[in-house]
Amino acid sequence: MSEITVPGVAPKGPIGKAVFWARANLFNSWLNTIITLVIIYGVVRLVPPVIQWAFLDSVWSAPDNSVCRAALGACWAFIGVWYRFILFGRFPYDEQWRPLLVCFIFIALLLMSCDRRFWNSWLMLIWVAGTAVIATLMWGGVLGMTFVETDLWNGLPLTLILAVFGLGFAFPLAILLALGRRSHMPAIRALSVGYIEFIRGVPLITVLFMASVMLPLFLPTGTTINKLLRAEVAFILFSAAYLAEVVRGGLQAVPKGQFEAADALGLSYRQKMQKIVLPQALTIAIPPLVNTFIGAFKDTSLVIVIGLFDLLNTANAALNDPAWRGYYVEAYVMISIIYFVFCFFMSRYSQHLEMSFNKGKRR
Amino acid sequence: MSGTPDISHSDLRPPPRPRMRFALSDPRFRGLVWQVAILGLVGFVGWFLVRTTNINLDHRHIATGFGFLDRVAGIPITETLVPYDPGKDVYGRAILIGILNTLRVAVIGIVLATLLGTVIGIGRLSPNWLLAKLTAGYVETLRDIPLLLQLLFWYTLLQGLPPPKQAFQIGESFFLSNRGIKYPWPVWTPELGWTLMAVAIGIVVTLIWRRQARSIHNATGRRLAVWPVGVGAILIAPTALFIAFGAPLTFDVPALRGFNFVGGGLLGPELGALLTGLVIYSSSYIAEIVRAGIEAVPKGQWEAGGALGLRRGILLRRIVIPQALRVIVPPLTSQYLNLVKNSSLAIAIGYQDIVSVASTTFSQTGQAIEGILIIMLVYLAFSLSISLFMNWYNARITLVER
Repeated sequence: MSEITVPGVAPKGPIGKAVFWARANLFNSWLNTIITLVIIYGVVRLVPPVIQWAFLDSVWSAPDNSVCRAALGACWAFIGVWYRFILFGRFPYDEQWRPLLVCFIFIALLLMSCDRRFWNSWLMLIWVAGTAVIATLMWGGVLGMTFVETDLWNGLPLTLILAVFGLGFAFPLAILLALGRRSHMPAIRALSVGYIEFIRGVPLITVLFMASVMLPLFLPTGTTINKLLRAEVAFILFSAAYLAEVVRGGLQAVPKGQFEAADALGLSYRQKMQKIVLPQALTIAIPPLVNTFIGAFKDTSLVIVIGLFDLLNTANAALNDPAWRGYYVEAYVMISIIYFVFCFFMSRYSQHLEMSFNKGKRR
Repeated sequence: MSGTPDISHSDLRPPPRPRMRFALSDPRFRGLVWQVAILGLVGFVGWFLVRTTNINLDHRHIATGFGFLDRVAGIPITETLVPYDPGKDVYGRAILIGILNTLRVAVIGIVLATLLGTVIGIGRLSPNWLLAKLTAGYVETLRDIPLLLQLLFWYTLLQGLPPPKQAFQIGESFFLSNRGIKYPWPVWTPELGWTLMAVAIGIVVTLIWRRQARSIHNATGRRLAVWPVGVGAILIAPTALFIAFGAPLTFDVPALRGFNFVGGGLLGPELGALLTGLVIYSSSYIAEIVRAGIEAVPKGQWEAGGALGLRRGILLRRIVIPQALRVIVPPLTSQYLNLVKNSSLAIAIGYQDIVSVASTTFSQTGQAIEGILIIMLVYLAFSLSISLFMNWYNARITLVER
């Protein structure tokens, strides 16, 4: 099984090295040789047609669909015509710099929050300020910006608002639920367990349905809550249960001695949790928390079922235009790339954090 | 631990708990106050919600209760596992069909996703560089794209297939068109039922024999082969029975009549897209779980097995897989739960699962609360049964420490 290296027959020159590498990694047994040949055959059959479709036969810009209809390849011109609608939806066309700016502010805030140098109380203040700017830009009505209804907040800003604020508000709730689940008070523990297990047992769609159909029934007649807020509430309630379980995992990983030491010092429950336990528990829980964030970010696309126009739904709306019908692959590729970039960055960041947290433990 | 050596047992009893004082300085009293306060708050919010809901329902003249389940549904359902007639059958039966449809997706999806996920997870560990990179790319890409997007993609792709008249023909009688895949399906006869029953009995007999053989092996060290009994009971006996019945097997073959196919079985585009999307998406998660599980087995275990002279097959079956399973099963359970919950996205592509049928029901009857309650109860029941089964399985394979 293991490789036998014979001194003196070490490969010489780049070609020799390549041949040696290929024999060690691709053709080292008859099974691997078959696998390699099958994969090479598949790649040769599949990749050239895809390149032909995506790049060689494709149409990159066209004033209308006639050029695309004649072409054999991809119609990237569809994206060229529709990208602003897909990104910002029905937001007033002339003022779409506002949602664009909002997206950049979101990205800047998120990037800043990723850097450990900024993990202090100032970050909170920056987020509050950023939220105020985002709200002003989206709503408008001041500084010469026209007022824009939340119904017109579509596309990427909507996805980001749902994900970022949803998780932001779900997080404190999740900490309370996790502490409640580990509490010594039976009533509080039962309530937390019941809530967490119930929410984790049902799909997000049912929670969204509940928010969109049942919430109006729950409130006194006459009160109306707009659709976006309803979806956001559903999203917060749903994510909190999942985050709570991750936080609980972190709490369980804190050694018992830490709790006892805090008790021995005579700290109150609040001091014990705030100063001793939670900082350690949350640090341990960061990598799985980021994974939950990735899941929640992807889950925002489900608001489509209650009729909100997020990134995915604006693309569907664009595809409904009779003139451009049928270019769904192009549209979905664009959306996939956007989701992929966000999620890939988050997963890489989580791996990076895990490595840096384990630095002290490695020998 | 204590200093005095002549300590008796009675001295080790915990001191009697002091009586609770009714003052906020007593932590136990404080705990009681907190609990009463929070329960009171939750109770009040619950009471308020129920009260306003009742007022609102009265205002809108919406009936309550589950009486609507007995009314004729009139919901057309294209794919059903049990007979259903929208003109005659009631809402209760429509919802049952929805539950069965969800169950069908869940079962097929879990089986296929596990198989595909295991293959890809092992592929990532392959010494073959190309295979390892290819499977890594598969996992990284598919995990980062929302399931809903993938479902919509597959559904649109399947709808782009040619209409039945220009359907692709695979073999003699498989047809692939934008109405799904039509395939021949055996005509049901009682004899066929008996044959299947014989197969089931054969499986049970084999399992009992295997147990017996194992206990004989443990007691006397004598090895008894299991496979001859298995082949005899599961394959040969039912086949003999089948031939004795006169091999009563005929197929209902699909044929083109007018604009659509008649006869045969149907795998609709909705179910096809849902299964494709769910299986591919979940398999990328399962692959990572399988990979992590196998990597968690220390290399020394492989080497020790090899040093004992075990063959590779036995080494995998007896040494590596049992240890890997302990790591794999708990996250795999939550992945199965996710798959079942994710199957609710069927509503976005028009497959009539429980969510879709129940939401049609509540938009027709106006009884949203009951509808959502039914959906939630169904999913809670599914989640609970999967959890129970997987916990039982996990307890069975878990390391028994002595």
